[in-house]
Amino acid sequence: MKQAYAMELEAAERYADFADQMEIANNREVAQLFRKLAGIEGKHARQILAQMGWKRAPLGVQPLRWEGLEGVETGEHLELHYLMKPFHALSIALKNEERAARFFAHVARQDLPGAVRDAAAEMAGEEREHVRWVKQWIARVPQPGTDWDRDPDPPNVND
Amino acid sequence: MTAMPAVAITPQTFKSDVKPVWCPGCGDYTVLSAITKALAMLELAPENVAIVSGIGCSSRIPAYTTCYGFHGVHGRALPAATGLKVARPELTVIVAGGDGDGYSIGGNHFLHACRRNVDLTYIVMDNRVYGMTKGQPSPTTEPDWDSKLAPEGTGLREFHPLVIALASGANFIARTFSGDPNGTAKLIVQAIRNPGFSFIEVLSPCVTFRPEQRGWKQLVRPSPVEPTDDPARAARRLMTDDGFNLGVLYVGNRKPYQPAKAPSAKPADLEREFAL
Repeated sequence: MKQAYAMELEAAERYADFADQMEIANNREVAQLFRKLAGIEGKHARQILAQMGWKRAPLGVQPLRWEGLEGVETGEHLELHYLMKPFHALSIALKNEERAARFFAHVARQDLPGAVRDAAAEMAGEEREHVRWVKQWIARVPQPGTDWDRDPDPPNVND
Repeated sequence: MTAMPAVAITPQTFKSDVKPVWCPGCGDYTVLSAITKALAMLELAPENVAIVSGIGCSSRIPAYTTCYGFHGVHGRALPAATGLKVARPELTVIVAGGDGDGYSIGGNHFLHACRRNVDLTYIVMDNRVYGMTKGQPSPTTEPDWDSKLAPEGTGLREFHPLVIALASGANFIARTFSGDPNGTAKLIVQAIRNPGFSFIEVLSPCVTFRPEQRGWKQLVRPSPVEPTDDPARAARRLMTDDGFNLGVLYVGNRKPYQPAKAPSAKPADLEREFAL
Protein backbone atom coordinates (compact mmCIF):
# COMPACT_ATOMS: atom_id res chain seq x y z
CA MET A 1 0.00 0.00 0.00
CA LYS A 2 3.00 2.30 0.49
CA GLN A 3 3.78 1.66 -3.16
CA ALA A 4 0.18 2.41 -4.14
CA TYR A 5 0.33 5.67 -2.16
CA ALA A 6 3.65 6.65 -3.77
CA MET A 7 2.21 5.90 -7.22
CA GLU A 8 -0.87 8.06 -6.69
CA LEU A 9 1.19 10.88 -5.22
CA GLU A 10 3.68 10.86 -8.09
CA ALA A 11 0.81 10.79 -10.59
CA ALA A 12 -0.80 13.79 -8.86
CA GLU A 13 2.46 15.74 -8.84
CA ARG A 14 3.12 14.96 -12.50
CA TYR A 15 -0.36 16.06 -13.61
CA ALA A 16 0.10 19.28 -11.61
CA ASP A 17 3.42 19.80 -13.41
CA PHE A 18 1.69 19.21 -16.75
CA ALA A 19 -0.98 21.76 -15.80
CA ASP A 20 1.72 24.34 -15.04
CA GLN A 21 3.39 23.67 -18.39
CA MET A 22 0.13 24.08 -20.26
CA GLU A 23 -0.66 27.33 -18.45
CA ILE A 24 2.69 28.77 -19.50
CA ALA A 25 1.90 27.69 -23.08
CA ASN A 26 -1.51 29.44 -22.79
CA ASN A 27 -3.34 26.18 -23.45
CA ARG A 28 -5.80 26.85 -20.64
CA GLU A 29 -8.37 24.20 -21.52
CA VAL A 30 -5.84 21.39 -21.24
CA ALA A 31 -4.22 23.05 -18.21
CA GLN A 32 -7.56 22.92 -16.38
CA LEU A 33 -8.01 19.30 -17.39
CA PHE A 34 -4.60 18.33 -16.03
CA ARG A 35 -5.34 20.29 -12.86
CA LYS A 36 -8.53 18.24 -12.45
CA LEU A 37 -6.62 14.99 -13.00
CA ALA A 38 -4.06 16.09 -10.40
CA GLY A 39 -6.88 16.67 -7.95
CA ILE A 40 -8.37 13.23 -8.62
CA GLU A 41 -5.04 11.45 -8.13
CA GLY A 42 -4.39 13.46 -4.99
CA LYS A 43 -7.77 12.35 -3.68
CA HIS A 44 -6.85 8.71 -4.38
CA ALA A 45 -3.64 9.20 -2.41
CA ARG A 46 -5.57 10.65 0.54
CA GLN A 47 -8.05 7.78 0.38
CA ILE A 48 -5.18 5.32 0.78
CA LEU A 49 -3.91 7.26 3.82
CA ALA A 50 -7.39 7.13 5.38
CA GLN A 51 -7.91 3.47 4.51
CA MET A 52 -4.58 2.52 6.10
CA GLY A 53 -5.10 4.78 9.12
CA TRP A 54 -1.74 6.45 8.52
CA LYS A 55 -1.40 9.72 10.40
CA ARG A 56 1.60 10.74 8.33
CA ALA A 57 2.40 10.05 4.72
CA PRO A 58 5.09 7.41 4.25
CA LEU A 59 8.24 9.16 3.07
CA GLY A 60 11.07 8.03 0.89
CA VAL A 61 9.10 5.41 -1.08
CA GLN A 62 9.95 5.55 -4.78
CA PRO A 63 7.22 4.30 -7.11
CA LEU A 64 8.24 1.19 -9.03
CA ARG A 65 8.99 1.45 -12.74
CA TRP A 66 6.63 -0.58 -14.88
CA GLU A 67 6.55 -0.95 -18.67
CA GLY A 68 8.92 1.98 -19.11
CA LEU A 69 11.09 4.41 -17.22
CA GLU A 70 8.33 6.19 -15.30
CA GLY A 71 6.16 5.22 -12.37
CA VAL A 72 3.22 2.91 -12.94
CA GLU A 73 0.64 5.68 -13.17
CA THR A 74 2.91 8.57 -14.12
CA GLY A 75 2.61 10.37 -17.45
CA GLU A 76 5.68 11.05 -19.56
CA HIS A 77 6.76 14.63 -20.21
CA LEU A 78 7.57 13.76 -23.82
CA GLU A 79 3.88 13.19 -24.56
CA LEU A 80 3.04 16.85 -24.08
CA HIS A 81 2.59 19.27 -26.97
CA TYR A 82 1.79 22.96 -26.57
CA LEU A 83 -1.18 22.60 -28.97
CA MET A 84 -2.52 19.36 -27.53
CA LYS A 85 -6.27 18.95 -27.11
CA PRO A 86 -8.27 17.54 -24.18
CA PHE A 87 -8.55 14.28 -26.13
CA HIS A 88 -4.75 13.92 -26.02
CA ALA A 89 -4.59 14.72 -22.31
CA LEU A 90 -7.25 12.13 -21.54
CA SER A 91 -5.47 9.60 -23.75
CA ILE A 92 -2.42 10.04 -21.51
CA ALA A 93 -4.61 9.51 -18.44
CA LEU A 94 -6.19 6.40 -20.01
CA LYS A 95 -2.77 4.87 -20.72
CA ASN A 96 -1.69 5.55 -17.14
CA GLU A 97 -4.81 3.98 -15.61
CA GLU A 98 -4.61 0.92 -17.89
CA ARG A 99 -0.96 0.47 -16.96
CA ALA A 100 -1.82 0.71 -13.27
CA ALA A 101 -4.59 -1.87 -13.65
CA ARG A 102 -2.18 -4.25 -15.42
CA PHE A 103 0.45 -3.70 -12.73
CA PHE A 104 -1.80 -4.52 -9.79
CA ALA A 105 -3.31 -7.49 -11.62
CA HIS A 106 0.26 -8.73 -12.18
CA VAL A 107 1.11 -8.30 -8.47
CA ALA A 108 -2.11 -10.12 -7.48
CA ARG A 109 -0.94 -13.15 -9.49
CA GLN A 110 2.50 -13.37 -7.86
CA ASP A 111 3.57 -15.75 -5.12
CA LEU A 112 3.22 -13.22 -2.28
CA PRO A 113 1.53 -13.18 1.13
CA GLY A 114 -2.26 -13.40 0.89
CA ALA A 115 -2.86 -9.94 2.35
CA VAL A 116 -0.62 -8.37 -0.33
CA ARG A 117 -2.35 -10.28 -3.13
CA ASP A 118 -5.75 -9.26 -1.79
CA ALA A 119 -4.74 -5.60 -1.58
CA ALA A 120 -3.32 -5.75 -5.11
CA ALA A 121 -6.50 -7.35 -6.43
CA GLU A 122 -8.56 -4.61 -4.79
CA MET A 123 -6.33 -1.92 -6.29
CA ALA A 124 -6.58 -3.60 -9.71
CA GLY A 125 -10.36 -3.44 -9.47
CA GLU A 126 -10.24 0.24 -8.56
CA GLU A 127 -7.89 1.03 -11.42
CA ARG A 128 -10.20 -0.77 -13.85
CA GLU A 129 -13.00 1.47 -12.58
CA HIS A 130 -10.77 4.50 -13.28
CA VAL A 131 -10.19 3.19 -16.80
CA ARG A 132 -13.95 3.07 -17.30
CA TRP A 133 -14.39 6.65 -16.07
CA VAL A 134 -11.65 8.00 -18.32
CA LYS A 135 -13.12 6.20 -21.36
CA GLN A 136 -16.49 7.79 -20.62
CA TRP A 137 -14.77 11.17 -20.33
CA ILE A 138 -12.91 10.70 -23.62
CA ALA A 139 -16.21 9.89 -25.34
CA ARG A 140 -17.52 13.32 -24.33
CA VAL A 141 -14.64 15.42 -25.75
CA PRO A 142 -14.22 16.23 -29.45
CA GLN A 143 -11.81 14.12 -31.46
CA PRO A 144 -8.99 16.34 -32.74
CA GLY A 145 -8.70 16.84 -36.48
CA THR A 146 -5.63 15.82 -38.48
CA ASP A 147 -4.29 19.38 -38.37
CA TRP A 148 -4.57 19.81 -34.61
CA ASP A 149 -0.86 20.64 -34.35
CA ARG A 150 -0.79 23.14 -37.20
CA ASP A 151 0.58 26.43 -35.91
CA PRO A 152 -0.04 29.41 -38.23
CA ASP A 153 2.85 31.16 -36.48
CA PRO A 154 5.37 28.39 -35.83
CA PRO A 155 8.34 28.88 -33.49
CA ASN A 156 10.96 28.61 -36.24
CA VAL A 157 11.11 32.12 -37.72
CA ASN A 158 13.14 30.88 -40.66
CA ASP A 159 10.22 29.10 -42.33
CA MET B 1 30.19 24.27 9.19
CA THR B 2 27.15 23.00 7.32
CA ALA B 3 23.91 24.00 9.07
CA MET B 4 21.58 21.09 9.81
CA PRO B 5 18.06 21.53 8.39
CA ALA B 6 15.37 22.02 11.04
CA VAL B 7 12.43 20.68 9.01
CA ALA B 8 11.94 17.70 6.73
CA ILE B 9 13.59 18.24 3.38
CA THR B 10 11.49 17.26 0.36
CA PRO B 11 11.91 18.00 -3.35
CA GLN B 12 9.37 20.80 -2.91
CA THR B 13 11.85 22.49 -0.57
CA PHE B 14 14.07 23.21 -3.55
CA LYS B 15 11.40 24.46 -6.00
CA SER B 16 10.99 28.21 -6.27
CA ASP B 17 7.71 29.99 -7.04
CA VAL B 18 8.95 30.86 -10.52
CA LYS B 19 7.32 28.60 -13.11
CA PRO B 20 9.59 27.41 -15.91
CA VAL B 21 8.92 28.88 -19.33
CA TRP B 22 10.24 25.90 -21.26
CA CYS B 23 8.10 24.38 -24.01
CA PRO B 24 5.67 21.71 -22.79
CA GLY B 25 7.38 18.35 -23.11
CA CYS B 26 10.91 19.77 -22.82
CA GLY B 27 13.37 17.35 -21.24
CA ASP B 28 14.61 20.10 -18.93
CA TYR B 29 11.48 19.81 -16.78
CA THR B 30 12.49 16.34 -15.68
CA VAL B 31 16.09 17.42 -15.09
CA LEU B 32 14.81 20.16 -12.77
CA SER B 33 12.67 17.58 -11.01
CA ALA B 34 15.64 15.21 -10.78
CA ILE B 35 17.88 17.90 -9.27
CA THR B 36 15.31 18.74 -6.59
CA LYS B 37 14.81 15.05 -5.81
CA ALA B 38 18.56 14.49 -5.62
CA LEU B 39 19.07 17.42 -3.24
CA ALA B 40 16.24 16.11 -1.05
CA MET B 41 17.77 12.61 -1.01
CA LEU B 42 21.07 14.15 0.11
CA GLU B 43 19.20 16.12 2.80
CA LEU B 44 21.06 19.29 1.92
CA ALA B 45 19.72 22.67 2.97
CA PRO B 46 18.99 25.04 0.05
CA GLU B 47 21.28 27.69 1.52
CA ASN B 48 24.18 25.24 1.29
CA VAL B 49 23.72 24.63 -2.44
CA ALA B 50 24.63 26.89 -5.35
CA ILE B 51 23.58 26.31 -8.95
CA VAL B 52 25.65 28.14 -11.56
CA SER B 53 24.62 28.34 -15.18
CA GLY B 54 25.44 30.02 -18.48
CA ILE B 55 23.02 30.94 -21.24
CA GLY B 56 20.39 28.84 -22.96
CA CYS B 57 17.10 27.19 -22.17
CA SER B 58 18.62 24.77 -19.65
CA SER B 59 20.64 27.56 -18.06
CA ARG B 60 17.43 29.05 -16.70
CA ILE B 61 17.42 26.37 -14.02
CA PRO B 62 18.89 28.41 -11.10
CA ALA B 63 15.80 30.67 -10.99
CA TYR B 64 13.52 27.67 -10.66
CA THR B 65 15.15 26.51 -7.44
CA THR B 66 15.40 27.96 -3.94
CA CYS B 67 19.15 27.37 -3.82
CA TYR B 68 21.68 30.11 -4.35
CA GLY B 69 22.00 30.66 -8.06
CA PHE B 70 24.17 32.47 -10.54
CA HIS B 71 22.95 32.87 -14.12
CA GLY B 72 26.16 33.90 -15.81
CA VAL B 73 27.23 34.71 -19.33
CA HIS B 74 27.35 32.34 -22.26
CA GLY B 75 29.80 29.51 -21.78
CA ARG B 76 31.31 30.83 -18.54
CA ALA B 77 29.45 28.85 -15.89
CA LEU B 78 32.37 26.56 -15.13
CA PRO B 79 34.98 29.21 -14.30
CA ALA B 80 32.46 31.07 -12.14
CA ALA B 81 31.56 27.83 -10.35
CA THR B 82 35.22 26.95 -9.94
CA GLY B 83 35.92 30.27 -8.23
CA LEU B 84 32.88 29.85 -6.01
CA LYS B 85 33.79 26.35 -4.90
CA VAL B 86 37.43 27.23 -4.23
CA ALA B 87 36.36 30.23 -2.13
CA ARG B 88 33.46 28.44 -0.41
CA PRO B 89 34.37 24.76 -0.25
CA GLU B 90 31.56 24.01 2.18
CA LEU B 91 28.94 24.72 -0.50
CA THR B 92 27.64 22.02 -2.82
CA VAL B 93 28.12 23.59 -6.23
CA ILE B 94 26.20 22.33 -9.24
CA VAL B 95 26.81 23.68 -12.72
CA ALA B 96 24.05 23.41 -15.29
CA GLY B 97 23.78 24.23 -18.97
CA GLY B 98 23.26 22.97 -22.46
CA ASP B 99 25.38 21.56 -25.23
CA GLY B 100 25.83 24.88 -26.99
CA ASP B 101 26.80 26.73 -23.82
CA GLY B 102 29.03 23.94 -22.54
CA TYR B 103 30.72 22.52 -25.59
CA SER B 104 30.96 25.43 -28.02
CA ILE B 105 31.70 28.79 -26.41
CA GLY B 106 32.28 26.99 -23.11
CA GLY B 107 34.38 24.21 -24.59
CA ASN B 108 37.71 25.47 -23.36
CA HIS B 109 36.39 25.85 -19.83
CA PHE B 110 35.01 22.32 -20.03
CA LEU B 111 38.47 20.88 -20.78
CA HIS B 112 40.10 22.69 -17.92
CA ALA B 113 37.35 22.10 -15.42
CA CYS B 114 37.79 18.36 -16.02
CA ARG B 115 41.55 18.78 -15.72
CA ARG B 116 41.42 20.85 -12.52
CA ASN B 117 39.09 18.34 -10.84
CA VAL B 118 37.56 20.84 -8.43
CA ASP B 119 34.63 19.27 -6.56
CA LEU B 120 31.79 20.29 -8.85
CA THR B 121 28.91 18.48 -10.48
CA TYR B 122 28.35 19.54 -14.10
CA ILE B 123 25.00 18.62 -15.64
CA VAL B 124 24.70 19.22 -19.37
CA MET B 125 21.26 18.96 -20.91
CA ASP B 126 22.18 17.87 -24.41
CA ASN B 127 19.53 18.32 -27.08
CA ARG B 128 21.96 18.60 -29.98
CA VAL B 129 20.69 22.03 -30.99
CA TYR B 130 20.78 25.70 -29.99
CA GLY B 131 17.17 25.78 -28.81
CA MET B 132 16.86 29.25 -27.33
CA THR B 133 17.99 30.87 -30.57
CA LYS B 134 15.56 28.75 -32.61
CA GLY B 135 17.33 25.76 -33.98
CA GLN B 136 20.94 26.20 -35.09
CA PRO B 137 23.24 23.17 -35.07
CA SER B 138 25.37 22.77 -31.97
CA PRO B 139 28.65 20.88 -31.46
CA THR B 140 26.76 17.65 -30.76
CA THR B 141 24.41 17.93 -33.76
CA GLU B 142 24.72 15.07 -36.19
CA PRO B 143 26.56 16.05 -39.40
CA ASP B 144 23.62 15.08 -41.59
CA TRP B 145 20.85 16.85 -39.64
CA ASP B 146 19.03 18.70 -42.39
CA SER B 147 17.34 21.92 -41.30
CA LYS B 148 16.44 25.27 -42.79
CA LEU B 149 19.34 26.85 -40.93
CA ALA B 150 21.84 24.18 -42.06
CA PRO B 151 20.54 22.66 -45.33
CA GLU B 152 21.82 19.09 -45.84
CA GLY B 153 23.55 19.28 -42.46
CA THR B 154 26.82 20.80 -41.34
CA GLY B 155 28.94 17.92 -42.59
CA LEU B 156 31.04 18.31 -39.42
CA ARG B 157 31.88 15.41 -37.12
CA GLU B 158 30.04 15.90 -33.86
CA PHE B 159 31.71 16.60 -30.52
CA HIS B 160 31.90 13.62 -28.14
CA PRO B 161 31.65 15.04 -24.62
CA LEU B 162 32.23 11.83 -22.71
CA VAL B 163 35.44 11.18 -24.67
CA ILE B 164 36.67 14.72 -23.98
CA ALA B 165 35.72 14.51 -20.29
CA LEU B 166 37.61 11.24 -19.89
CA ALA B 167 40.68 12.47 -21.75
CA SER B 168 40.73 15.71 -19.77
CA GLY B 169 40.57 14.09 -16.36
CA ALA B 170 36.98 14.22 -15.09
CA ASN B 171 36.59 12.05 -12.00
CA PHE B 172 33.04 10.81 -12.62
CA ILE B 173 31.43 10.46 -16.04
CA ALA B 174 27.87 9.37 -16.70
CA ARG B 175 25.05 9.64 -19.17
CA THR B 176 21.33 9.62 -18.48
CA PHE B 177 18.04 10.40 -20.24
CA SER B 178 15.50 13.01 -19.20
CA GLY B 179 12.73 10.43 -19.76
CA ASP B 180 13.99 8.71 -16.59
CA PRO B 181 13.69 11.38 -13.87
CA ASN B 182 14.13 9.05 -10.90
CA GLY B 183 17.14 7.32 -12.47
CA THR B 184 18.58 10.74 -13.26
CA ALA B 185 18.03 11.84 -9.65
CA LYS B 186 19.93 8.82 -8.35
CA LEU B 187 22.78 9.51 -10.76
CA ILE B 188 22.97 13.14 -9.61
CA VAL B 189 23.19 11.93 -6.00
CA GLN B 190 26.08 9.66 -6.96
CA ALA B 191 27.80 12.45 -8.85
CA ILE B 192 27.51 14.94 -5.98
CA ARG B 193 28.78 12.36 -3.49
CA ASN B 194 31.77 11.51 -5.70
CA PRO B 195 34.63 13.87 -4.88
CA GLY B 196 36.15 15.84 -7.72
CA PHE B 197 34.72 16.93 -11.04
CA SER B 198 31.60 14.92 -11.88
CA PHE B 199 30.14 15.18 -15.35
CA ILE B 200 26.67 14.02 -16.32
CA GLU B 201 25.41 14.24 -19.87
CA VAL B 202 21.60 14.23 -19.92
CA LEU B 203 19.97 13.41 -23.23
CA SER B 204 17.19 16.00 -23.00
CA PRO B 205 14.99 16.27 -26.10
CA CYS B 206 14.11 19.62 -27.65
CA VAL B 207 10.50 18.94 -28.62
CA THR B 208 10.19 22.20 -30.57
CA PHE B 209 13.24 22.31 -32.85
CA ARG B 210 14.11 18.61 -32.82
CA PRO B 211 10.74 16.86 -32.37
CA GLU B 212 12.26 13.64 -33.74
CA GLN B 213 14.13 13.39 -30.43
CA ARG B 214 10.90 12.15 -28.84
CA GLY B 215 12.05 8.87 -30.40
CA TRP B 216 15.09 8.76 -28.09
CA LYS B 217 13.05 6.83 -25.57
CA GLN B 218 13.11 3.89 -27.99
CA LEU B 219 16.89 4.19 -28.48
CA VAL B 220 18.26 4.59 -24.97
CA ARG B 221 19.30 1.50 -23.02
CA PRO B 222 21.15 0.73 -19.79
CA SER B 223 24.85 0.35 -20.40
CA PRO B 224 25.70 -3.34 -20.85
CA VAL B 225 28.83 -2.97 -18.69
CA GLU B 226 29.54 -1.89 -15.13
CA PRO B 227 31.35 1.40 -14.38
CA THR B 228 35.11 1.23 -14.39
CA ASP B 229 37.90 3.09 -12.62
CA ASP B 230 40.34 2.27 -15.41
CA PRO B 231 40.56 5.16 -17.88
CA ALA B 232 41.89 2.89 -20.62
CA ARG B 233 38.97 0.50 -20.26
CA ALA B 234 36.54 3.43 -20.24
CA ALA B 235 38.18 4.76 -23.40
CA ARG B 236 37.78 1.41 -25.16
CA ARG B 237 34.08 1.36 -24.21
CA LEU B 238 33.59 4.78 -25.70
CA MET B 239 34.99 3.56 -29.02
CA THR B 240 31.79 1.52 -29.49
CA ASP B 241 29.43 3.97 -27.79
CA ASP B 242 26.56 5.11 -30.00
CA GLY B 243 25.52 7.89 -27.63
CA PHE B 244 22.55 6.05 -26.12
CA ASN B 245 24.14 3.88 -23.45
CA LEU B 246 22.97 5.13 -20.06
CA GLY B 247 24.62 4.84 -16.69
CA VAL B 248 27.94 5.53 -15.07
CA LEU B 249 30.88 5.03 -17.41
CA TYR B 250 33.81 5.98 -15.22
CA VAL B 251 34.49 6.62 -11.52
CA GLY B 252 38.02 7.81 -10.92
CA ASN B 253 39.99 8.26 -7.75
CA ARG B 254 41.91 11.49 -8.36
CA LYS B 255 42.11 13.72 -5.33
CA PRO B 256 39.95 16.82 -5.90
CA TYR B 257 41.75 20.11 -6.22
CA GLN B 258 41.06 22.46 -3.31
CA PRO B 259 43.72 25.01 -2.41
CA ALA B 260 44.50 25.57 1.25
CA LYS B 261 42.44 28.37 2.72
CA ALA B 262 44.48 31.56 2.76
CA PRO B 263 44.91 33.20 6.18
CA SER B 264 42.61 36.16 6.69
CA ALA B 265 44.07 39.52 5.80
CA LYS B 266 42.90 43.07 6.23
CA PRO B 267 42.48 45.17 3.07
CA ALA B 268 45.42 47.32 4.17
CA ASP B 269 47.66 44.21 4.30
CA LEU B 270 46.55 43.21 0.80
CA GLU B 271 47.23 46.73 -0.50
CA ARG B 272 50.77 46.60 0.89
CA GLU B 273 51.42 43.35 -1.00
CA PHE B 274 50.42 44.98 -4.27
CA ALA B 275 52.37 48.18 -3.73
CA LEU B 276 54.97 48.85 -6.44
